[in-house]
Amino acid sequence: MSLTAEPGRLGAAAPAARAGAVEKTEAPPIELATQEGRNKLIGMWLFIAAESVLFASFFAVYLALRHSTMGGPTGKELFDLKLVFLATALLLSSSFTSVMAVLNMRRLQAGAMKAWLLATWLLGASFLALEAYEFNHYVHMGHTFTSSAFGTAFYSLVGFHGAHVTFGLLWLFALLVRNLRREVTPYIAPKVYAFSLYWHFVDLVWVFIFSVVYLMGKVA
Amino acid sequence: MTTISVPVGGVRKKSLLWDYLTTVDHKKIAHLYFWTGLVYFLIGGLEALLIRTQLAVPLNHVLDGKAYNEVLAMHGTTMIFFVAMPLLFALMNAVVPLQIGARDLAFPFVNALSYWLYFFGALLTHVSFLTGDVPQGGWTGYFPLAHPDYTGYGMSYYAMGLQLSGLGTLLTGINFVATIVNHRAPGMTYMRMPLFTWTTLIASILTMFAFPPLTAGLFLMIYDQLFGGAAFDPAKGGNPIIWQHLFWIFGHPEVYIVALPAFGIFSEVIPVFSRKRLFGYPAMVVATALIAFFGFMVWVHHMFTVGLGPLANGVFGVATTIIAVPTGIKIFNWIFTMWGGKVRMTSAMLWSVGFIITFVMGGVTGVMMALPPADYQYHDTYFIVAHFHYVLIGGTVFSVFAGAYYWWPKMFGKLLNETLGKIHFWLFFIGFHLTFFIQHFLGLWGMQRRIFTYLPGQGFELPNLVSTIGAYTMALGVIVFAINIVYTFVKGKPAPADPWDGRTLEWATPTPVPEYNFARLPLIRGLDPFWLEKQAGNKTVPPAEPYADIHMPNPSILPFMMSLSLFIAGLGFIFKDQYHPSFLYLALFGVAATLLVMFLRSVIDDEGRHVPRELVEQEDAKGVSA
Repeated sequence: MSLTAEPGRLGAAAPAARAGAVEKTEAPPIELATQEGRNKLIGMWLFIAAESVLFASFFAVYLALRHSTMGGPTGKELFDLKLVFLATALLLSSSFTSVMAVLNMRRLQAGAMKAWLLATWLLGASFLALEAYEFNHYVHMGHTFTSSAFGTAFYSLVGFHGAHVTFGLLWLFALLVRNLRREVTPYIAPKVYAFSLYWHFVDLVWVFIFSVVYLMGKVA
Repeated sequence: MTTISVPVGGVRKKSLLWDYLTTVDHKKIAHLYFWTGLVYFLIGGLEALLIRTQLAVPLNHVLDGKAYNEVLAMHGTTMIFFVAMPLLFALMNAVVPLQIGARDLAFPFVNALSYWLYFFGALLTHVSFLTGDVPQGGWTGYFPLAHPDYTGYGMSYYAMGLQLSGLGTLLTGINFVATIVNHRAPGMTYMRMPLFTWTTLIASILTMFAFPPLTAGLFLMIYDQLFGGAAFDPAKGGNPIIWQHLFWIFGHPEVYIVALPAFGIFSEVIPVFSRKRLFGYPAMVVATALIAFFGFMVWVHHMFTVGLGPLANGVFGVATTIIAVPTGIKIFNWIFTMWGGKVRMTSAMLWSVGFIITFVMGGVTGVMMALPPADYQYHDTYFIVAHFHYVLIGGTVFSVFAGAYYWWPKMFGKLLNETLGKIHFWLFFIGFHLTFFIQHFLGLWGMQRRIFTYLPGQGFELPNLVSTIGAYTMALGVIVFAINIVYTFVKGKPAPADPWDGRTLEWATPTPVPEYNFARLPLIRGLDPFWLEKQAGNKTVPPAEPYADIHMPNPSILPFMMSLSLFIAGLGFIFKDQYHPSFLYLALFGVAATLLVMFLRSVIDDEGRHVPRELVEQEDAKGVSA
């Protein structure tokens, strides 16, 4: 690419990055078939980039405050890796099911797509149930949001992730309700794909939470 | 796909209010941003006048300490969040889609949502005046001062209001990046984009990465204030320095979020009124990117006196001085653009030249403060106050005025009065330097910032009086601007489509701009495409496509409803502590209403509508002949 057009002269028409994409011999996947779809997905990626910084901030705060237990239970005393491992397995499986949903969407198999999305929903909901049980357990052990800076930082980070899972489940619910009786169209496909991007991101954050909060908490 | 054809501007007349409440058109949203920003500019300006009146003479009693702190905190918060950014968003919304040959932003609905979030966020912060607990903790909101134990619930209004408007800002950032990446007209390569579009793109990327740390910090602030959190409470093991880090990791890039688009505006105005293309266009682009990149690595220079140690201070001091290099490149490029050009000193150009002088002075003091040992002397004095007003007024406010005079004909269809414009400039420019130049010395002589009065006999009397006189001179300038606006709407003649002999694509559109902007998307054949076509003897930029039905988004009331719901939720969360715990139900109602509106948006199909080809052709023929 030449850096700039020569001054005062008309350059060649359109190296055309955008126009070229449409003319490729291979058709784009259905979620990228419309301009709205392409917008939605780049918007989702940008949103995820911003969210990464948001979570990074909460991680930083947690790392700075995780030893400020003020005499309350420490992470080592609190965390039960078996439970957390089960939660991790559930959430990561839900990432897999959402991939299956997207693959079926691309093959225009609306029924299979919805079945896999339902599975995703159920796995996410079970993860959330486990997390609720876990938090309840901690509160009984004296580890609360207000007990210490460690408590605030822990629930801010892990709870914020939980809120993302909750929001994802509401989103997926709306998606399933709306499309209960519909086929896969270029209008619907980017919506499903955007959800699956979001869901992968939420899972990825959990991988970091598992390592930084739980594993590091166990060895510290 | 269903095609619903609705006659445009014809049969069904909507009321103006409903039109603006539901609009998703970037040009109308630009109007909303502009007028709202201007109203808050007047409010923030009045607060500034109160501050200067109180400080005009020693031991003054216009304001007591508490009232002074409130006015000071609200002045800073308002001017940064509710004036500087919205006014720039107004110009971005009005201009960027036209400059790249787009029919709207990538997400028109989200654009409306961004505006309404800003509107209700600013409103929420200002509700504090009605409840009596006004923010007193400064625009930086440092802990423990921001805790209700010390300053009441005022800073909760600050936190909640900024959380709302900050969400809107983040969405605007994402929207502009997506738009500039996905919606450029055929042939509009990155290196053919006008500088204002470039700086919008880079400022939007900054927004995307700088606002989330503020969001995180504000969440923790709200937790500490209203939910018994302890992140910033040393008594429970928390650390107030964490807030300072989160705030300035946001706060320094924020300076560039409001400075880079300002640079972009000057880079548009100066070439047009010098009748030369911008000197060193690629260098300008690279310098913009470099400033943004380094902007993330300098936040500790706001915290040199916190005691993070010589290594941290040294590294961040060096990083800060580096920013002077790309900024200097820009300054020279603007000067070289004017050099040998056929310069027309219009109002817009006066602001641009005034900016170069003022901003260089602000930049020089910036480099002085970047040196940690020296900064220990300047810290928390009026030297700092002078510095950041030089860059923020000299940069952002001047640019908004330049942009207003320059793009007014495209935004509102009329030309602002040039004579009044020049009076406006000179009053404001002289008043500005009168107000702030002397403050450098006040600071060096030892006057602290953020104090509500001072004792006589320290040599502070005369400089403070001069500064106050300067502030009132600036206010006169703003009044002239207001008169100019009213005069223009009442008496101004309709502006031609290209009043300045412009270079970029927005001047190739007819005035008023049709709602779909371009009847046929233009074909871009170089940098400054409209200028090139005019030089080649063409009337306008050639079309890249035949006439066709144009797909447009539908207006929607949902962005307004969603923002209103969040506003109610925010008020509820504050009221539950300030007044009665049962206000928690109001907050939960607000959250539920927000989710409900989002659910409605998800399940109701909105495929937009089409403007029929015949109408487009008809309107296009009118536009060309006019």
